[in-house]
Amino acid sequence: MTQDAGAGEFERINCELLAPMESFGAGYLALVIVLACIAALGAGAWAFQVETGIGQTNLHPPIFWASYIASFVFWIGVSHSGTFISGVLRLTKAEWRRPVTRMSELMTIISVGIAALFVFYHLGRVWRWYYLLPYPNQRGIWPNFRSPLLWDATAIFTYATASTIYLYLPLIPDFALARDRFRGRRKWIYGLLSLGWRGSQSQWEMLQTAIRIITPLIVMVMISVHSIVGWDFGMSIVPGWHTSIIAPYFVVGAVHSGLGMVVIAMFVVRKAYGLQTYIRLEHFDKLGKLIVVTTLTLAYLYFAELLTTWYGKFPDEESVMYSMLTGRFSPVWWAMIMMIYVVPLVTLTIPRFRQWPVGIMIVGVFINIGMYTERMLILVPPLAHPRLSYNWSAYSPSIIEVILMAASLAFAVLLYVLAAKFVPMISIWEEKEGRSRA
Amino acid sequence: MSATEGPPTYKWEMVIDLDRCTGCQACVVACHAENNVRNSSEQECADGRAISWIRIERYVEGTYPNTRVRFVPVLCQHCGNAPCEPVCPVYASYHTPDGLNAQVYNRCIGVRYCGNNCPYTARQFNWFDPQWDAPLEEQLNPDVTVRMNGIMEKCTFCVQRIRRAKEQATRQGRPVQDGEVIPACVQSCPTSALVFGNRHDPESRVSKLAASERRFHLLESLGVEPSVTYLKRLP
Ligand code: SF4
Repeated sequence: MTQDAGAGEFERINCELLAPMESFGAGYLALVIVLACIAALGAGAWAFQVETGIGQTNLHPPIFWASYIASFVFWIGVSHSGTFISGVLRLTKAEWRRPVTRMSELMTIISVGIAALFVFYHLGRVWRWYYLLPYPNQRGIWPNFRSPLLWDATAIFTYATASTIYLYLPLIPDFALARDRFRGRRKWIYGLLSLGWRGSQSQWEMLQTAIRIITPLIVMVMISVHSIVGWDFGMSIVPGWHTSIIAPYFVVGAVHSGLGMVVIAMFVVRKAYGLQTYIRLEHFDKLGKLIVVTTLTLAYLYFAELLTTWYGKFPDEESVMYSMLTGRFSPVWWAMIMMIYVVPLVTLTIPRFRQWPVGIMIVGVFINIGMYTERMLILVPPLAHPRLSYNWSAYSPSIIEVILMAASLAFAVLLYVLAAKFVPMISIWEEKEGRSRA
Repeated sequence: MSATEGPPTYKWEMVIDLDRCTGCQACVVACHAENNVRNSSEQECADGRAISWIRIERYVEGTYPNTRVRFVPVLCQHCGNAPCEPVCPVYASYHTPDGLNAQVYNRCIGVRYCGNNCPYTARQFNWFDPQWDAPLEEQLNPDVTVRMNGIMEKCTFCVQRIRRAKEQATRQGRPVQDGEVIPACVQSCPTSALVFGNRHDPESRVSKLAASERRFHLLESLGVEPSVTYLKRLP
């Protein structure tokens, strides 16, 4: 490590990156209030649904799952951004990752939490949710470990725990820095959270070792988590779900939407806090390239699945496929193809375009709307076409479902906005480490 | 059956003779009355949420213009290898030793995975608390639970009647005889299109009918081993 970077520059980094945590403008307050109101509306809608029954949704046989599970899958997908960006990029020692890791790790735990909420929205008798826990009871009944839903609950819990640790570890030195800077109650909280960090040589070594151990582990957990979410579908016998490609497809799809979300967050944080010197065009460029990779991989998997279905000519599966390609779901399906494949491909393969933050951000929005639609399309068309064709049916979300989807998005943003005042959005010590290496 | 063979074993099955079925819906009504199946409002029917444990489905046979509309009673097929069972995270969907696919109402938390995975769409969900048009609530069957909001339900082969017959037989120290258990739909079928009994007893009427050349299972290729055997309509 060279010392050329100098104490002066480090001091400037400290100031610049801690500054957003100190200022509370009127705009910020207004944003928090608006978001909190929308979230509260969602809480009300949910209370109403619990009180009166899950019939407040538009579900009906044979479509027993729709928007809530689609949202669950979507949010789990978003949560993969954090792990992917920071985990994979840390493993490959990509230097450019430094300013974006923290942002995406935060996104991971917030979106895992939101995804978990959807599980509760979805339960018919949510007040009996604890039947899912393996706890000893006098009847000797355990949860059914053969059920993919239970693997799912286990995986989500593991992922939430692991990613909290993964977020927390690199935060320790930054918490210590905040402790030394702030006064009063905040100093006390940060003091507690920094676990007596003094920045001694042995502490640094310990931290580095811990990060080195957890990084590969969390990447493995990430892959397993979304595979398991995919197996919720793959293990069933529903035509269109029962396919082995669904797990890899879900993992790649998750990273795709996650990257889109990171681009949006990067753009907004950079604008809001004027962090142009940290989040540079180079970062948008690199992320743009990564998105091209996920787009192509995803398109390949999608093609592989369609081709297999088409060639196999099983009537049950064909009816699902044609309902999307040419049938009643085709407008939505083709719109999705545009948003998640065509738009990213035609824009992000142009080098000039990748230097344009607003443009990339808009592509990120497209990808996420597209991926949300995609989750819906994984759920609804297969369920709407059961094997006994007199049961075929249709679905569109009810007002309560729409409110809950919107309110959960608002709640996620709210948590993010609040977190921005509590933790530095850019890992300060990693940034400094990067500069002194350069 | 001698005492040394241990307690008698049962495998409850049904045979539906499509040639005898006239589609009169008596079974549907009887099932509603026997099993406290809720009344569905007009709106619920329009929403596709009307609950019936047994329903008469219509389908079209032949190609245009030589088509004929046919109907087939569909109920839970009590699959021997039921797709709804392994996916339930809390064991609410459970296989009894005598081959019934049981639904444990107070265990159900309403994740509805079983509903998705049933190829026959036989599972019915309570989207709201149940209701009966007056005075129907006066005639609820005390032997059957009323299912609340958020619970999955479906045909039980009138498990309450099976249990009662078994208890009576055990008290008298004999196996349940053929024709002793009659589910409500079977009882009310005017043409005796439905027959119910023990498949482990080779002499029972179901066993004999199920051996008929006209036999088939709904979606046989799935290998879910349904306990309902259909007999083909004669041309
Ligand atoms: S018919 Fe459906 S509900 Fe009945 S046992 Fe088979 S899969 Fe389960």
